[in-house]
Amino acid sequence: MIDKFREDLLSALEVIPDGATIAVGGFGSSGRPDALLDGLCELGRRDLHVYVNNVGNDFSGIGRLLHEGRLRRFTGSFPVLPEFYEEYFKGKVELDLIPQGTLAERMRAGGAGIAAFFTPSGAGTMLSDGTFPLSYEDDRPASYQPAKETREFDGVPHVLEYGIKADFALVKAHQGDRIGNLRFRLSARNFNPLAAMAGRHTFAEVEELVPVDALAPDDIHLSGVFVNDVVLTKAPITIPQQAGLAGRNS
Amino acid sequence: MTETQSAPSAQRVGWTRDQIAERLAADLEDGFFVNLGVGIPLAVPKYLPADKEIFLHAENGVLGMGPHPGPGKEDPDLTDAGKQPISLVSGAAIVDSATSFAIIRGGHLDVTVLGALQVSQDADLANWYVPGRNPAVGGAMDLVAGTPEVWVCMEHVDRQGRSKIVTECTMPLTGRRCVTRVYTDLAVFHVREGRLVLVECAPGVTPERIREATEAAYDEDLGGDAA
Repeated sequence: MIDKFREDLLSALEVIPDGATIAVGGFGSSGRPDALLDGLCELGRRDLHVYVNNVGNDFSGIGRLLHEGRLRRFTGSFPVLPEFYEEYFKGKVELDLIPQGTLAERMRAGGAGIAAFFTPSGAGTMLSDGTFPLSYEDDRPASYQPAKETREFDGVPHVLEYGIKADFALVKAHQGDRIGNLRFRLSARNFNPLAAMAGRHTFAEVEELVPVDALAPDDIHLSGVFVNDVVLTKAPITIPQQAGLAGRNS
Repeated sequence: MTETQSAPSAQRVGWTRDQIAERLAADLEDGFFVNLGVGIPLAVPKYLPADKEIFLHAENGVLGMGPHPGPGKEDPDLTDAGKQPISLVSGAAIVDSATSFAIIRGGHLDVTVLGALQVSQDADLANWYVPGRNPAVGGAMDLVAGTPEVWVCMEHVDRQGRSKIVTECTMPLTGRRCVTRVYTDLAVFHVREGRLVLVECAPGVTPERIREATEAAYDEDLGGDAA
């Protein structure tokens, strides 16, 4: 019998080592797997490379990993948290900035066995021409993102992007069963199914553990085939109200 | 549709920020699927014509975004791309982020409305990063790469009085040759065959005033039927 439910979140997470690459779901705090991210902090993991869209608005979730000095590199589109940039310019964390749609498709591709693809997003910009600083040292750029291979299709320049295959993935769902079948709720779905696909070993935290067959086959958003471990989330999330930090996400 | 041009104040010529949004909203057509960026574009929803069904897309996976649901009705699982609480309109749909950007890059939206730092006379757009500040890109590069109509709304000049419609962008580019229309406090430009064309002056604004305020080269077609 398949039973992916783990009562003890921390002992399940033990397999994630320092230095791991981790794809993470969520958009800001919406659909972000905070119980799993807190677990990484409680286990003292460090030197992590996260693939995730946002750092968030505060020191919870990815922000907590940053605040506790556990991040080596952030690959995503919208870090925003001022403390993230302080660490970036100090040379404590690397910023691999990529367009949001490129992050989503790279996760999907990695999970779907597509090694790489060409996209028009970012062609002819500093996010593809090798001039964007990946890291700083003493407030000066210390290394740059590699220039991306460019090719024209129908006269339009496209850049080569690689699928993401992360060592692990952390995602959050509304409901899940012991098979690992997941159902998301409203816009909390966002990157979660994609991050789950991109992980070689995927953890899903669910708000509700439901019996097998409680989710109708047509209503399962992500098959349990993509999920290795299911844990329960903690308290319900709260809405970020820092209006000054919201936005620019055009 | 509401009447746009209430009498401008004595000091003010042209449109206010809200009036830029209102002017742009009047050009959105029944049945359009539209993505709105932050800044002036966020004022567009309050001017959407009631007699047209227009669906708003949020890049975190919402098609059919409605206004803030009201105090006490916020749902943490339902936010816009600025992470603020929203509601859903009748007929709304939710998709994951890869599908949301398939909609964007695949050219399935009709219009994306964006703020801008600069637009060049070749229709290049710079709107994601001011060097020296904190870089973040979000979905801007995907939106301009894929949407057939990219409408910019912005102030005509920056706080130092410098034209934001420029010969060549000096700010980092979001995309090349992607802008199709520009709505400012002074004027409306369309892009035709890769060139900016002045098609409308805001009330009380002369073509000469626009010429003075604009660094870029552009053509004029003020015949009145801009469509």
